[in-house]
Amino acid sequence: MNIVVCVKQVPDTATERKLRSDDKTLDRDAADGVINELCEYAVEEALRLKEAHGGEVTVLTMGPDKASDTIRKALAMGADKAVHLVDDALHGSDALGTSHALAQALKKISFDLVVLGSESTDARTGVLAAMLAERLGVPQLTFANQVQIDKDAISIQRVTDYGYDRVEASLPAVVSVVEKINEPRYPSFKGIMAAKKKPVEKLGVAEAEIDASQVGLVGSWSEVVDFAAAPPRAAGTVVKDEGDGGVKAADFLASKKFV
Amino acid sequence: MSEILVLVEHVEGQVKKVTLELLTLARKLGAPSAVWTGAGYSPEAAAKLAEYGAEKIYVADSAEVSDYVVAPKAELLAHLVAEKSPSAVLVAATAEAKEIAGRLAIKIDSGVLTDVVGIEDGLVAAQSIFGGGVNVSSRVTKGTPIIAVRPNSTPVEAAAGAGTEEQVSFTVSEAAKSARIVERVKQEKGARPELTEAAIVVSGGRGVGSADKFSIIEELADSLGAAVGASRAATDAGWYPHQFQVGQTGKTVSPQLYIAAGISGAIQHRAGMQTAKTIVAINKDPEAPIFELADFGVVGDLHEVVPQLTQEVTKRK
Repeated sequence: MNIVVCVKQVPDTATERKLRSDDKTLDRDAADGVINELCEYAVEEALRLKEAHGGEVTVLTMGPDKASDTIRKALAMGADKAVHLVDDALHGSDALGTSHALAQALKKISFDLVVLGSESTDARTGVLAAMLAERLGVPQLTFANQVQIDKDAISIQRVTDYGYDRVEASLPAVVSVVEKINEPRYPSFKGIMAAKKKPVEKLGVAEAEIDASQVGLVGSWSEVVDFAAAPPRAAGTVVKDEGDGGVKAADFLASKKFV
Repeated sequence: MSEILVLVEHVEGQVKKVTLELLTLARKLGAPSAVWTGAGYSPEAAAKLAEYGAEKIYVADSAEVSDYVVAPKAELLAHLVAEKSPSAVLVAATAEAKEIAGRLAIKIDSGVLTDVVGIEDGLVAAQSIFGGGVNVSSRVTKGTPIIAVRPNSTPVEAAAGAGTEEQVSFTVSEAAKSARIVERVKQEKGARPELTEAAIVVSGGRGVGSADKFSIIEELADSLGAAVGASRAATDAGWYPHQFQVGQTGKTVSPQLYIAAGISGAIQHRAGMQTAKTIVAINKDPEAPIFELADFGVVGDLHEVVPQLTQEVTKRK
């Protein structure tokens, strides 16, 4: 089974995240780049499926040169090889442009299954997996907290507000995972060393047959008009519980008409 | 006036509050048309939609539309966009509706904005990003704008619309039937409001200490008619189900009141709740970063403070 796992490098949430003043895109230089957390679960699930069913795991990422750190992390966890979409023309792509670029790359890489995290911590749109399914014309099995494969049949538990839906489809398919699906492994020292020798293919817009008019800032379907730091919250009142903390909290709620 | 399509969210025929918010918002932008998908359509539901301003109600209530993951609903909306040429499509920024919006965007070659908290003239949308740290205004530049609006961002206001019903003749394509929902498993606990929709959320974290002790969080929530949330520390420990996790890898909530009990307020948690209007924190560590956000904070043991608060709330009702 050919499994492709899409991973994204995102700015570390623990550092200050900013937009650039010049083109209003994410300032990727201002913050440390780390692998998007949910992507680690996607890599783990891809590796487990490979271990159970055989095949190969290919990492696919789109991002600037420094995103190669994120590729190495996924390779160190145990993925076999990687494809890195890297091209200045991709800078500033929105979700539609990104899904176009990734879909084109996926058509080049043969796949039975595409696995993604359900959301990135920077843009948090949560739409990319659905968009890939749409563009590739394959079943959408998203927000999975469990994946089962039996030959060509695949079923997942799709997390919902009320519990979960059991969803069935046939391969090839796109799966996105939520964090409770597994516990991502830490790369071993051996894995880290081996990752350095694993093949990483770099593809530009032309090689991946990406339509340049659909990606980057120029191809974007939306634009940031303006942005500003949110005003800080006004400092509140903090009291020490002297046996009446609950009463005081209730007084506060009453003053705000919540009770 | 230009037509605005509003995708209705409902649970077994009960219209969700976020839909009323979307209708309220849509009235400022044009003439709202509600789009009903799946089984459960009723005169009561129609009356509710009209009460909040739906001029038209497009009804596609065959079960087929909701028996498959996302794709049929996107197809239905694409069909309606082609037929009605609306000036925008509004959906709730829920996990599923955002996916519908995403697939629709590709089908109709239009831009999509997610997690919007307000819409101004010219369909300029306000978004709060990086966990509430940055406010952005953005707009769609190609096609029919598709805008996913976060629940609880618009105060609901009734203003009657005509509510003219129109059955949509529409057949789901075979291609949209590739991921079939074979079973819906309900795990929801009790009659509490849904987390992202609730006006009040009471969340417990590491300080709660055990699964059993989450009952004191639930009791406070019930006294206030609130939803229960949990920090990642609490869901990772298995004290509370994962779907109630508030934070970066869980739900984003924007309630009128958020009460954090035993939650230190790590950035990952704040990313999911700091746009709440009023924040109350109870934590035994006076240095906990949650106090920087709190409008009111109590430094103390939540096992003492929370039950007392519950008792007071109950007494004053």
